[in-house]
Formats: sequence, C-alpha cells, structure tokens
Amino acid sequence: MAPIIPLNGYTEELNLLAAFLIGIGFGFVLEQAGFSSSRKLAGMFYGYDITVLKVFFTAAITAMVGLIFLNYLGLIDMSIVYINQYYIKSAIVGGVIMGAGFIIGGFCPGTSVCAAAIGKIDAMIFIGGSLIGIFIFGLTYDWLEPLYNDAFVGAPKLSEELGIKDGLLAFAVIFMAVMMFWLGEKAEKMFKRDDISKEI
Amino acid sequence: MIDTKTKYMNPYLAGVLLGLVLLAAFYLTGRGLGASGAMKSAVVATVDVVDANYATTNSFFGKFLGGPNSPMKSWLVFEVLGVLVGGFISGAFAGRLKFKIEKSPNITNRRRIILALIGGALFGFGSQLGRGCTSGAALSGMAVLSVAGYVTMVCIFGTAFALAYFFRKNWI
Repeated sequence: MAPIIPLNGYTEELNLLAAFLIGIGFGFVLEQAGFSSSRKLAGMFYGYDITVLKVFFTAAITAMVGLIFLNYLGLIDMSIVYINQYYIKSAIVGGVIMGAGFIIGGFCPGTSVCAAAIGKIDAMIFIGGSLIGIFIFGLTYDWLEPLYNDAFVGAPKLSEELGIKDGLLAFAVIFMAVMMFWLGEKAEKMFKRDDISKEI
Repeated sequence: MIDTKTKYMNPYLAGVLLGLVLLAAFYLTGRGLGASGAMKSAVVATVDVVDANYATTNSFFGKFLGGPNSPMKSWLVFEVLGVLVGGFISGAFAGRLKFKIEKSPNITNRRRIILALIGGALFGFGSQLGRGCTSGAALSGMAVLSVAGYVTMVCIFGTAFALAYFFRKNWI
C-alpha cells in the first residue's frame, strides 16, 4: 500500500534520500526535454516552440491517470496524498505575478535550477532574483497576510466541484490536452523560427 | 546535415517520463514535486544565520523556525539538490555543459541579466503568495485534480501569454 514511506513510518533520512533520488529524475528529465533553455521555454508564448505545453500536460496526465488507477486498484491511500489547499485570492494573484515573472525572466523555479546546473548564467541570476523575491515576501508578510489567508475554501478537487467522477474529469483533461497539442503543433509551423530553433 | 530535432528528447516521451517521476513521488512519499519551497528554505535559513532574533520574530520566516531541525533539512531542499545533479548529468551526456547567458541577439547581456533578476524576483514573490510554483502548485496540483492546481496553472500561463506581446523583443 502506498504512499510507502509515510504509511510504513520509515525514517526521515530515508524520506530525504527518496527526495534526492526523485529530484535527480526530475532534473534529468527537465534537462532532456530542453527546459534548461529560456528561449525554448519562452517559445511557448510566441508559438515557435511549444515543448512546454507538450511536456507539462503529458506529465500532468500521466501522473493523474497513474494515481486514478492506483486508487482504483486500492494500491494507494489517497487520503494521505497531499491535495493543494485553495485560497482563492492568493492563488490567483500569486499565479498572475508568477506568470509575469515567467515571461520577463524566462524561467520558473524548477527550470531555473535545472538550467543553472548546466551553466546558464541567466538562470543563476533568476535564482538570485527568486531568493530576493521570497525575502521581500517575508519582509512584507504582515501587510500581505490578509490577502494571503483570505477566501480559504479547503482543498477541493475539481471533480468534486463539478460533481463528476475523477475518471470523467481525467478524460476531459486528456481531450483538452490533445486539442491543445494539435493546435500547438499547427502554431509551431505557423510561427516557425529556424533562426531561434537552431540556437537552442 | 545535423538533424537539430534529435538534440532534445521527444517532448511527449519526456512528458511521460516526467509524469512517472511525479507519480513515483506520490507513490513513495505522498507528495508531488516542488522547487520554490526549497528556495524559501534557503532564504529562511540565511535570514536565521544573519539575524536569528529577527528571523524568529518575523511572522513569515518564524513559521519555519523553532523546530528541532534546520529549515534546510527539508524534503524539497533535498529534492532540488537532486534536480541540480540530474540536470548536470543530463547536460553532461548531451554535451550541453557550458557557461553562457542565453538571450535573443536583439538585446544586450546586461538587459537579459536585469530581466532575469526582475523575473526571478516576481516568480519568487508570487510563489510564496500562491503557495507553490509551476511544479508544486500547478503540475503536482493538476495530477491530484486539485482546484488550486488548475487555477494556478491557468493564471501562470494565461498571464505569460497576455504579457508576451509586450516583452517580445526580449525573446524573438
């Protein structure tokens, strides 16, 4: 029965070792996919390279379907699996600020670490900026706290909110992803930039 | 002729592998992937070293201090150290290890560095307000069908798309 480590009460050391090994897999795949290149990541927003869309949604779908099957087969106790808490206002405002950071800086935190690992100096600076941003958040926390903790609605699942089964929602997400892949592949041809693609 | 398309892994295959890594994280530890949380731990630990008194009294940093362990002994810190190692191994195999500033030829290094710093600061700040970044909030949240995950994903990508036109000279 999973999740294996919390259910069996394994030591914190083993949990941290698992974290490290999972991180190696995470970093390896991100780099293999080309997420270590800011111009490849930014390509998503100009249509010349939609790798981000393909990798991100394929990954989300794979894990989502995997969890649904594990749950269906009784191999995982989903009551122990972490479901993100939803604070409506801070999730939206935070997401919008992150989106601005993405198009301005060219990375997100995970991809910046991956890119820094292969020597991208812009990624190292992005990490420095992130640390500063987090520090500023801490400094201004008292002032932000009302927004940060406002409109808390627990940890709802989208399937519950819509009143449909997990499997049906998964099917809808897969359908939308395939439509986006199809449109994205068209966009890649339409907004093709060979000059950029050969550099990244 | 060099086929540039084989430089990186097929994106759909990479997506499946990334999904399996994420699934392994859930299966083993009951939680998904993350990145900004490790950066937060680094900031909290640094503030604690520089001014322990301020760090414990600050209502944000203080939340992560006072326990038996350093904030650096956290799941996400070890996971992100793994990301560094995994990224390095992949880059080494692919022959991509090189110190460089990646940017559009239309802009100067200086401009790219300033934009990376500002973008990073916004992302770092936003990740704390939004309780997680593209990995922890959006990707992992979507896999467990969490509303917060889908909302965060739409806000991040939607805003980046909406602002793309204004920042196009920096990229294309």
